[in-house]
Amino acid sequence: MGHIVVMDDSEAQFALTRYSRRLWHELRPDLPASAEYDQCGTLWVAADEQEMAEVRRKEKYYNQRGVRAEVLDARAVAAAEPYLRRNLAGGLRVVDDGVIYPPCAARYLIESAIAWKAQLRTGADVRALLREGGVVMADGSRFSAGIVVNAAGPWSPALIPGLPVRKRKGHLVITDRYPGQIHHQIIELGYLKSAHSVGTDSVAFNVQCRKTGQILIGSSRQYNEEGTEINHEILERMLQRAFEYMPGLAKLTVTRCWTGHRAATPDKLPLIGPVPDNEKIWLATGHEGLGITTSLATGKLLTDLLLERPTEISAEPYAPARLLQTNESAPEPCLTA
Amino acid sequence: MVGAGPAGIAAACVAAENRRTVAVVDNSPWLGGQIWRGIQTKTRGGTARHWLDRLQNSDVQIFSSATIFASPSANQLLAETPDGVLEFNWKKLVLATGARELFLPFPGWTLPGVMGPGGLHAMAKSGWPVAEKKVVIAGSGPLLLAVADGLKKEGARVSLVAEQANWSEVMRFGLSLLRHPRKLIQGVGIKSRIIGVPYHFGCWPVRANGSSQVESVTLTDGSRSWTVDCDYLACGFHLVPNLELPRLLGCAVSNGYVSVNEFQLTSVPDVFCAGEPTGIGGVDCALIEGQVAGWVAVEAPDYARKLFGLRADWHRFRASLHQAFALRPELRRLATPNTYVCRCEDVRLEDLSNCKSWRDTKLNTRCGMGSCQGRICGAAAEFLFGWKNDSVRPPLFPVRASSLAGKTDALPEITAEPNISSPT
Ligand SMILES: Cc1cc2nc3c(=O)[nH]c(=O)nc-3n(C[C@H](O)[C@H](O)[C@H](O)COP(=O)(O)OP(=O)(O)OC[C@H]3O[C@@H](n4cnc5c(N)ncnc54)[C@H](O)[C@@H]3O)c2cc1C
Ligand SMILES: Cc1cc2nc3c(=O)[nH]c(=O)nc-3n(C[C@H](O)[C@H](O)[C@H](O)COP(=O)(O)OP(=O)(O)OC[C@H]3O[C@@H](n4cnc5c(N)ncnc54)[C@H](O)[C@@H]3O)c2cc1C
Repeated sequence: MGHIVVMDDSEAQFALTRYSRRLWHELRPDLPASAEYDQCGTLWVAADEQEMAEVRRKEKYYNQRGVRAEVLDARAVAAAEPYLRRNLAGGLRVVDDGVIYPPCAARYLIESAIAWKAQLRTGADVRALLREGGVVMADGSRFSAGIVVNAAGPWSPALIPGLPVRKRKGHLVITDRYPGQIHHQIIELGYLKSAHSVGTDSVAFNVQCRKTGQILIGSSRQYNEEGTEINHEILERMLQRAFEYMPGLAKLTVTRCWTGHRAATPDKLPLIGPVPDNEKIWLATGHEGLGITTSLATGKLLTDLLLERPTEISAEPYAPARLLQTNESAPEPCLTA
Repeated sequence: MVGAGPAGIAAACVAAENRRTVAVVDNSPWLGGQIWRGIQTKTRGGTARHWLDRLQNSDVQIFSSATIFASPSANQLLAETPDGVLEFNWKKLVLATGARELFLPFPGWTLPGVMGPGGLHAMAKSGWPVAEKKVVIAGSGPLLLAVADGLKKEGARVSLVAEQANWSEVMRFGLSLLRHPRKLIQGVGIKSRIIGVPYHFGCWPVRANGSSQVESVTLTDGSRSWTVDCDYLACGFHLVPNLELPRLLGCAVSNGYVSVNEFQLTSVPDVFCAGEPTGIGGVDCALIEGQVAGWVAVEAPDYARKLFGLRADWHRFRASLHQAFALRPELRRLATPNTYVCRCEDVRLEDLSNCKSWRDTKLNTRCGMGSCQGRICGAAAEFLFGWKNDSVRPPLFPVRASSLAGKTDALPEITAEPNISSPT
């Protein structure tokens, strides 16, 4: 969805998302208009008192660590987002979160890399990583390199069998243009429960208004769904959940549906750094539902680690070694094309 | 049957007359498809009257204003109607989704008053005033003549029909018409009535002029350009098939049309396709294909076989149409860098300069991501750049969010629910 958000599932997740959000803020003046950066803030909505307790905990946690957040009571939530249903308990506004249009932001980053003499090859299908450094392409040709970074997201295990990254499918519904109706990225706090329920399919209310006025409605999470086709069952559940929070959405015109896969790891933290036992193969994958937010921090960490410079936050928690420990179970770089 | 045009109606009549339970679903409020809708019963020609009467006298259940937008599981289709969602569970399915006009970008093509010939004709038939209006008809295909004829009947002053194809090509096509007596009579009938309307070959529009409304059109024959005043410019470059539903269901498509065997069966079991999606062949071709599909669907292929000869005739006619009205390469160069390609999302030609594929274009520029879902710019981009758009996802048409949400009875009753107003 392109939500740039500070999250606090764990200290390590918080550190990475906060660091990365700051990098997005710093990059903002250079981003092209097409990237549509909008510092709209996140509004976490609490349906009941139990969730309000979580709101207060979160507020304290964020503010203690220098992330601006404010508690909203039921009335303030209604004033901030009039289309939310009335009988909510309240919410938390995280002021400096934002949204971005990822394809154009990605294009900008690629063009910046090219300006620094990176070479871009599109339509280039890598089939295997070479132990001695380099890759084998689909046409059999080889490309040697001192270091290869596997940043293939949900497809990264295809290049390193056994890599603990699973595809977690998500759906989005995109409406016609309704400018000025929704102001924040709005997420239910119940999202925490559903996003955590590893193993089962889950849905959560999550909406975003793009600068164009199009409203993005999410979200769903499913394992064992490899294809990109729409799964109507989960789509229905996802929309019904959204209508519970924002009944007016039901009447909006939908122009498109979209699906994508997240690269999920067992401990919900990305894999950033070299694989154990082979300094020539590095990882930058496993970002699950936060890979837009954490992309810039990932890039910085990777650069600092490669150049053996001090990193701004500890890179320890994201080191691949934590999930790929023993020699026997270390993934074998794939050599068969 | 999806589509209540000639193909869907013919298939439905045959199937219902053989005592099958038949439903015809069409997104338009009227029966008859692109050619017959909106015509008053009394003025309907013999063929239209024959089929529409036959349909009314059958037990076919007709669902108008019902748009098929998704297929949640095999043998199931969902349609959105003004009153809610309908679910259809089918044993045999005939896709008769017809075609739409092809629009190509050229400077000024988005000015008010510039529209598709078929579209303007349909509006005129349903009461839009065109009497005494100066109309230039441009683009390609036999539809231009049919529209010139129709608009003249409504009192419009059609000053010119500009056909991009060369005279020599159309003559070859015209000659092959001789082998199709009915088409010929139809052609002559039209011709005698539109006498006085110059029919120019080998010329095409390069610019529509005007500030808030089209005032004139500049045409060229490749060497010379001239400008003609008009209140309306009806411009369309023949038809492109509606392949979204066939593609969603997984039907194989080759060379831009749904692949069917001699029984009008697609690559998907029990799914038939008839009419324009199998090739732009006009109303008679659609009628015969529809009947073939109908007979095979009721398991009477021998009756279908009896129509093969006639169908082969119309397929030859269809092939000569394709040849005669092939689009000239110059049409790929009409748009200037600041010409809009995608009018829903305001994307100009220059915005596409770094794009390599339709997907690339959609991601980087939003071209095709608007409310027409790429029906207009996607078809244009395919002609201009050869980009294919073969990924289709529901909803096939814009629908209310509630239509995608399945059964919503379980929703809590909400009072004082704010109304989100329509797009501005
Ligand atoms: C529905 C949904 C909503 C989301 N919303 C958000 C959000 O709001 N905020 C947020 O921060 N994140 C969000 N995410 C997550 C985010 O999209 C991902 O985490 C992010 O895209 C990961 O970036 P990446 O560069 O690691 O991988 P990807 O973006 O997946 O890129 C991997 C690239 O590698 C290429 N590749 C793969 N295999 C090969 C090969 N063998 N050879 C050559 N190239 C290859 C692929 O073509 C692709 O371009 C969402 C995800 C989904 C599915
Ligand atoms: C705008 C226009 C005007 C035309 N005018 C003329 C004319 O005046 N004279 C002439 O000779 N030919 C005309 N044609 C050509 C004409 O389309 C064919 O000759 C003939 O009607 C083809 O019949 P068909 O049954 O294949 O398709 P159509 O007549 O196009 O019928 C297809 C029907 O399917 C419906 N449909 C498509 N998708 C869905 C869906 N997902 N859900 C529900 N319904 C759906 C469409 O609304 C349409 O009513 C016109 C074509 C167009 C596009």
